[in-house]
Amino acid sequence: MNLTLKVWRQASANIKGGFVTYPVANISEEMSFLEMFDVLNERLITEGNEPIAFDHDCREGICGMCSMHINGRAHGPQSGTTTCQLHMRHFKDGETITVEPWRAKAFPVIKDLVVNRSAFDKIQAAGGFISVNTGNAKDANSLPIPKDDADASFFAAACIGCGACVAACKNSSAMLFVSAKVSQFALLPQGQVERVDRALNMVKEMDALGFGNCTNTGSCEAECPKEISIENIARLNREYLLATLKK
Amino acid sequence: MALSGLFLILFLLEHLYTNVTLFFGDGGVEFDETSHSMVRMIIIRIIEIVLFLAILIHVAQAVLLTRENNEARPIKYTLNDGGKTSSWNSRNMGFTGSVIFFFIVVHLYNFFLPYRITGTVGGVGQETISVNVVHALENPVYALLYLISVIFLAFHLRHALASAFHTLGLSNKKYMPILDKVSLGFSILIGVGFGSFPILFYGAKLLHKDLLNWAL
Ligand code: HEM
Ligand code: SF4
Ligand code: FES
Repeated sequence: MNLTLKVWRQASANIKGGFVTYPVANISEEMSFLEMFDVLNERLITEGNEPIAFDHDCREGICGMCSMHINGRAHGPQSGTTTCQLHMRHFKDGETITVEPWRAKAFPVIKDLVVNRSAFDKIQAAGGFISVNTGNAKDANSLPIPKDDADASFFAAACIGCGACVAACKNSSAMLFVSAKVSQFALLPQGQVERVDRALNMVKEMDALGFGNCTNTGSCEAECPKEISIENIARLNREYLLATLKK
Repeated sequence: MALSGLFLILFLLEHLYTNVTLFFGDGGVEFDETSHSMVRMIIIRIIEIVLFLAILIHVAQAVLLTRENNEARPIKYTLNDGGKTSSWNSRNMGFTGSVIFFFIVVHLYNFFLPYRITGTVGGVGQETISVNVVHALENPVYALLYLISVIFLAFHLRHALASAFHTLGLSNKKYMPILDKVSLGFSILIGVGFGSFPILFYGAKLLHKDLLNWAL
């Protein structure tokens, strides 16, 4: 495949960025989007140019690092896919592909396509944890959990913190991420101790960090690589409302 | 936002019911009497104040919300394909809402002002309220504005009803598809219901028919 890439280049956080166009040739359809970038970067390095900075780690869809806004979509045109798992066969030969970093006030660009997502860590630190006793693990059978709750909690826990929900949301809202983190614990007996504070503190932190407000457009769910349901957002709203009444 | 919006939705239902009495073919008597008796009821006067407050709160929150959400993305995407992942209605609530707000102001000027403030309609020896409605809707500009606003209202509600339940936490995987269908049904009811007034009254004028006194 031969393609034209329009990539956002920005030397550092405070320097104005812009698009640079790169032709790439002989790309295999079996390559992932990141491997295509590797090929381009190899060439840039051989030519003595600065390679394109982009985040990546596991390259198997579980770490959530590979943030790229491809042709107007978070992680590209496929649903339920991270950029590392997006294959070039989903593009047409000769196509022009536009690649931008996540755009949100709470996710400032560090360099090229790399954004700072530590805002998510701060939200996690505000309440995404449980109190457990140290010592031996409890016998699993001493903590009965309904299967449906365990499943729903597990689905919420599948969130990899990639930020695609924020990137795709017209309001740059982090509600899907926060709702996944809150739901994961709210559904389990282990999560009850901090339940009220968790909902209040994580939402407070989210608002303070400059994320927008959810208006239920559903873009987050459509773009989430782990297909986290917006059902969790309704649950977070419920948790938050009840927590406000209790405190 | 959700509470004020749901209150406005309840009001719309009541308003639609009262308007439908215009079609009773009784020369507008039922409509006029309902209007008069409502004004005399103290509870209605109180609800009326709450209604004005609800509109103001809803609009004020809408302005704040839209501004905050714009600020949350200072640098926009060069290419953004939001249309593939969300509905037009959900992305344009501020726009459809603004059209509705403009219409509410014109609507109050046309009906609330002469009947309730200046007292030039509906009194003894004056034009009845129903005849005032007929005259207003015989104006093609007003009829068209009414129709367009109702269409935007339907778009607003298509997203709003389900969204409000979601915001209040009254939704889950099981209820989401049901809420979506209720939203669709409700927006069609409101669209067709309120849309029928400008269409039928203006149509009646074109055909030189008296819709207030129609009979089979
Ligand atoms: C009869 C008139 C109206 C009704 C019945 C109505 C109803 C609603 C409802 C139920 C919601 C959903 C709230 C939520 O999801 O929490 C909503 C949202 C909204 N409305 Fe209205 N509204 C009306 C008029 C207006 C007006 C006049 C404006 C603006 C000037 C407006 C702007 C908005 C905005 C910006 C939202 C938030 C978007 C969202 O949550 O998705 N609305 N409306
Ligand atoms: S909710 Fe989905 S899109 Fe958002 S951070 Fe988690 S995995 Fe990524
Ligand atoms: S690189 Fe880990 S999810 Fe894509």
